[in-house]
Amino acid sequence: MNILFAFLIIAALGLLLGMGLALAAKKFAVKKDEKAEKILDILPGANCGACGYPGCSGYASALSAGTAENGLCSPGGAKTTALVAKILGMADGGGTQERMVAFVHCRGNNELTKRDYQYEGIEECSAAYMLHQGDSTCKYGCLHLGSCMRVCPTNAIHRDGKGNVTVDPDACIGCRKCTLVCPTKVIRMIPARGSHAIGCNSRDKGAVVRKICQVGCIACKICEKKFPESGCTVIDNLSEIDYDKPMVQIADAAAACPTKCIVEAK
Amino acid sequence: MAYIAIFITYIFINNFILTQFLGLCPFIGVSKNSESAIGMGMAVTFVMGIASIITWLVYTLLLVPLQLEYLQTLSFILVIASLVQFVEMVIQKNSPALYQALGIFLPLITTNCAVLGIAVMNITEGYNLMESFAAGIAAGIGFTLVLVLMSNIRERMDLHPVRKSFKGVPIAFISGGLMALAFMAFDKSLLTNLLG
Repeated sequence: MNILFAFLIIAALGLLLGMGLALAAKKFAVKKDEKAEKILDILPGANCGACGYPGCSGYASALSAGTAENGLCSPGGAKTTALVAKILGMADGGGTQERMVAFVHCRGNNELTKRDYQYEGIEECSAAYMLHQGDSTCKYGCLHLGSCMRVCPTNAIHRDGKGNVTVDPDACIGCRKCTLVCPTKVIRMIPARGSHAIGCNSRDKGAVVRKICQVGCIACKICEKKFPESGCTVIDNLSEIDYDKPMVQIADAAAACPTKCIVEAK
Repeated sequence: MAYIAIFITYIFINNFILTQFLGLCPFIGVSKNSESAIGMGMAVTFVMGIASIITWLVYTLLLVPLQLEYLQTLSFILVIASLVQFVEMVIQKNSPALYQALGIFLPLITTNCAVLGIAVMNITEGYNLMESFAAGIAAGIGFTLVLVLMSNIRERMDLHPVRKSFKGVPIAFISGGLMALAFMAFDKSLLTNLLG
């Protein structure tokens, strides 16, 4: 008899709570944004934050609410942009942004660049940067401790045989996380179609660069003057490539560069 | 006085994680960064407080009169699980901001042993309704305290060169063990010294 009673009580309790929950689910139902969910399915789901929203779901709800601009998703690229535009009912593809990839604008390393001191601390670029802006005499270059490699969501950043840090442009999704974590800002974005890039970030005067680094830009302006069609301009002691220009002579300029700091980006 | 004693007891002396070893799953799982540790701590405190009241009522008003005390574990699990679900729905509807902050953590504590633990403990200690509520809140605060401490330790540990075989969870367990040793310093004498 007791057993039956216990059974009835638990069954009644379960039934009551279950019914209560079912009623509550109806009463407190929150309308889900169907458009946002459809968009979320299309987005790559990398949650990289390149669009400036907290993860893909944040961007999806902002897109569906109309507060975000289409085409901010760099991992998804043009394909995603077009699909999202379809859901949102936009006529054109929306974003015309081209694919950007990260590039480490430094080819210096322990052998080619002078050191101020020997760094033996935490393996984190920001920690080394706190001590006289890093152990390298050049205060603009790569610190080689690999903070960018650790934040990269696609493992696109590697160390090559000489110890230099390089980004694989095919694996890079353009999320800009490495550019944010880099204390010397030596990682910047370049268009993925660019064939060449400047392998130096130093704004020091040519004479100073010559003394401390064998592969730095010495601002000799050979690229700018002899190859006007290369797209190179020396600004503030550093050559810069304007990727909007035709860049037809860039390969010649790279060959003529005395310190070979115009390097191939592929 | 009795309430102060309850708070000191459940925050320090009988701390849920480090002395009673309840709720170890979130202790390891959600202590990677301090923001989510605070979120989880708040969610647990919230649920523990409410669950204490409801389970006390169920026990005293339903199980005791019917002489079915042995059903307490089963009925408590039922009540707590549906309570958490219900609270989640209410929050989602009424306060999207709080839902964003707690949302992910609420389903995680549906069947957390720490919540069931405080419900059972309230009965065995013979607390009345208000004392049960105070014990629930205090246990939640103790839980939050340890979770925040642990998350800060782990955040710092991430910056240090830990051997590969110890990286991640193993070193977290060792740190947790050391913290438990430290918390053993709190015992009944703390209560007698403070409150006489």
